[in-house]
Amino acid sequence: MKKQLLIAGLVAAAAILAAAAGPAAMAAEKTDVTIRGAGASFPYPLYAQWAADYEKVIGAKIDYQSIGSGAGIQQIKAGTVDFGATDAPLKIDDLNKAGLVQFPMTAGGVVLIVNVKGVTAGKFNLSPFVLAQVFLGGISNWNDPKIKELNPDLTLPDLPITVVHRADSSGTTWIFTSYLDKVSKTWHEKAGADKAVSWPTGVGGKGNEGVSAYVQRVDGSIGYVEYAYAAQNSLAYTNLKNQAGKMLTPSIDTFQAAAANADWKNAPGYYMVLVDEPGDNSWPITGATFILIYKDQTDAVKAKAMLEFFNWSLTNGAPTATKLAYVPLPESLVKMIRETWSKEVKAVGQALWK
Amino acid sequence: MAIIDQVSGTTASYAPKSIEKASVERKLDLAFKWFTAAAALFIALIMAGIVANLIRFSLPAMKAFGLKFLADSTWNPVTERFGAASSIYGTLVSTALAVVIAVPLSLAIALFLVELAHPAVSRVVGGAIELLAAIPSIIFGMWGLFVFAPFVAKYIEPPLHSTLGWLPLFQGPPMGIGMITAGMILALMILPYITAITRDVLQMVPPVIKESAAGIGSTKWEVTWNVSLPYGMSGILGAIFLGLGRAVGETMAVTFVIGNDHRIAASLFAAGNTIASTLANEFAEASEDTYRSALIELGLVLFLITMVFQVVAHLWLRRVQKTSGRR
Repeated sequence: MKKQLLIAGLVAAAAILAAAAGPAAMAAEKTDVTIRGAGASFPYPLYAQWAADYEKVIGAKIDYQSIGSGAGIQQIKAGTVDFGATDAPLKIDDLNKAGLVQFPMTAGGVVLIVNVKGVTAGKFNLSPFVLAQVFLGGISNWNDPKIKELNPDLTLPDLPITVVHRADSSGTTWIFTSYLDKVSKTWHEKAGADKAVSWPTGVGGKGNEGVSAYVQRVDGSIGYVEYAYAAQNSLAYTNLKNQAGKMLTPSIDTFQAAAANADWKNAPGYYMVLVDEPGDNSWPITGATFILIYKDQTDAVKAKAMLEFFNWSLTNGAPTATKLAYVPLPESLVKMIRETWSKEVKAVGQALWK
Repeated sequence: MAIIDQVSGTTASYAPKSIEKASVERKLDLAFKWFTAAAALFIALIMAGIVANLIRFSLPAMKAFGLKFLADSTWNPVTERFGAASSIYGTLVSTALAVVIAVPLSLAIALFLVELAHPAVSRVVGGAIELLAAIPSIIFGMWGLFVFAPFVAKYIEPPLHSTLGWLPLFQGPPMGIGMITAGMILALMILPYITAITRDVLQMVPPVIKESAAGIGSTKWEVTWNVSLPYGMSGILGAIFLGLGRAVGETMAVTFVIGNDHRIAASLFAAGNTIASTLANEFAEASEDTYRSALIELGLVLFLITMVFQVVAHLWLRRVQKTSGRR
């Protein structure tokens, strides 16, 4: 008798829960779209903020995982995410072969961070030559005369330099090594530019987060991270001399100056390298970051919601971007991107964006 | 069929029910045998499947690099030239370090818990050691990076460098992250396993033997060294190989603190990488075929290393059991 009562009670409870969940599920379905993206850790702070703001306004959920540009490209090619994000853009042939469309979302700067006693943010000077030598292992101590030459006012300790690079495949690495590749012939011969290279020296951290963690823990270390990581974790970023010979402190103006000169109209698939740009105020290690989506979308509702998120971010996301020191794209470029959507992105043969 | 009860002389008809029951029981026994055989075969098939897949997907890399793969320490995704040497070296060195640190400690702890401690203390400390085994490895990794690595950089590496710095093992800048920290964290992780098993093994030494030894005048140390340890040697060896097996494949804790550098360095202070840490870091993003195939070949190498350790453990145990008269 007791057992039958128990079973009856459980069935009743289950029925009530199901009934309650039903209408709730129906109501939630209106804004219950989840868009999944994965890729670069470079823009992750910005995408996370945009996603949070967008969810508050519209209700659609954007789930972005910062797993690195290489993984982002792999995941979108495998079809496990709705959009991929990468700092290392794909060339137009790769895009056409995979059936993907690529467009920039924002640009940012890669900065060097150091952990040396007495050195605070914006006080340490580096030149392209010294930077390349440090990462090649040619300059291995902080009291090296070539470093002293650039920093006559600082007393640097007799401490070996620990180089910190990325252990995983990374668009930030791609931007940084593209820069080193351009300014140092030795680097070009020894390592080259790619999302992952054979580093002549140093230890590897996982993600921008891993590199910042290592630099913070190891005394006498130097690493490269996206500017937002350095600013938000109050790390000591350095100055760098640019092509025009000016010693610049990284800031959003310098990133914007570098991005402004880019010729987007003549870039197939928006493929653009923004390192070592000319201009007095151009930060030498700037990079744009891109989104990859399929030209032929299977789920029209989700695809439209996705494009609406991107449009909202490109149109209304500028204040958030500037706050985190990412460069909001100019309106002319955003108009070009919208045209690309209407031309290229289709679902069942119908253009999704009008 | 009638059955005559021999004692009381009465007859009873057990026949149909008991024979039926016996045949049902026999069928159940057969079903039990087949079911357990199927479960065992299932595992064997999965194992074979995994190995077959490992070999199949590493064929491109095997064709590209051949046996050179095992001796080459280059790891260049740009020129697509890969070599497992630095990963194999890192795996073996970090495991060796872990075993060298953990085994004496575990033996000491187990001996303390069994022979020397008050039963209440033994219970509490034993419980704490077992809790150590329950800590997830990624927590060890995070603790290692945030707490242990700076500690090592400040209090362990400098004294080692100043006293033993003439050895190439202890040269180089004290970064805190590197082979020595990875080895120490691995030691902490395998310590509870070795301790728990050793403690059980030592508790199984018959008290009669220990008392006999004490009766002819042995000290506690002599009883331990000459009686308990030889008696439990095969069990202790088994425990050590269990710990070793765990250390070889340990991934997350090592990835955080080993520094991820594809280089063979003589110094323990230097960064390195293990097969497991390389796979954890690079597999998700390896998009080119040769890259991915090289990583899978690394996985195959790790599997072979583990297999070799298993075989060595097996042979060693048999030899010990032979000399101790158990076989």
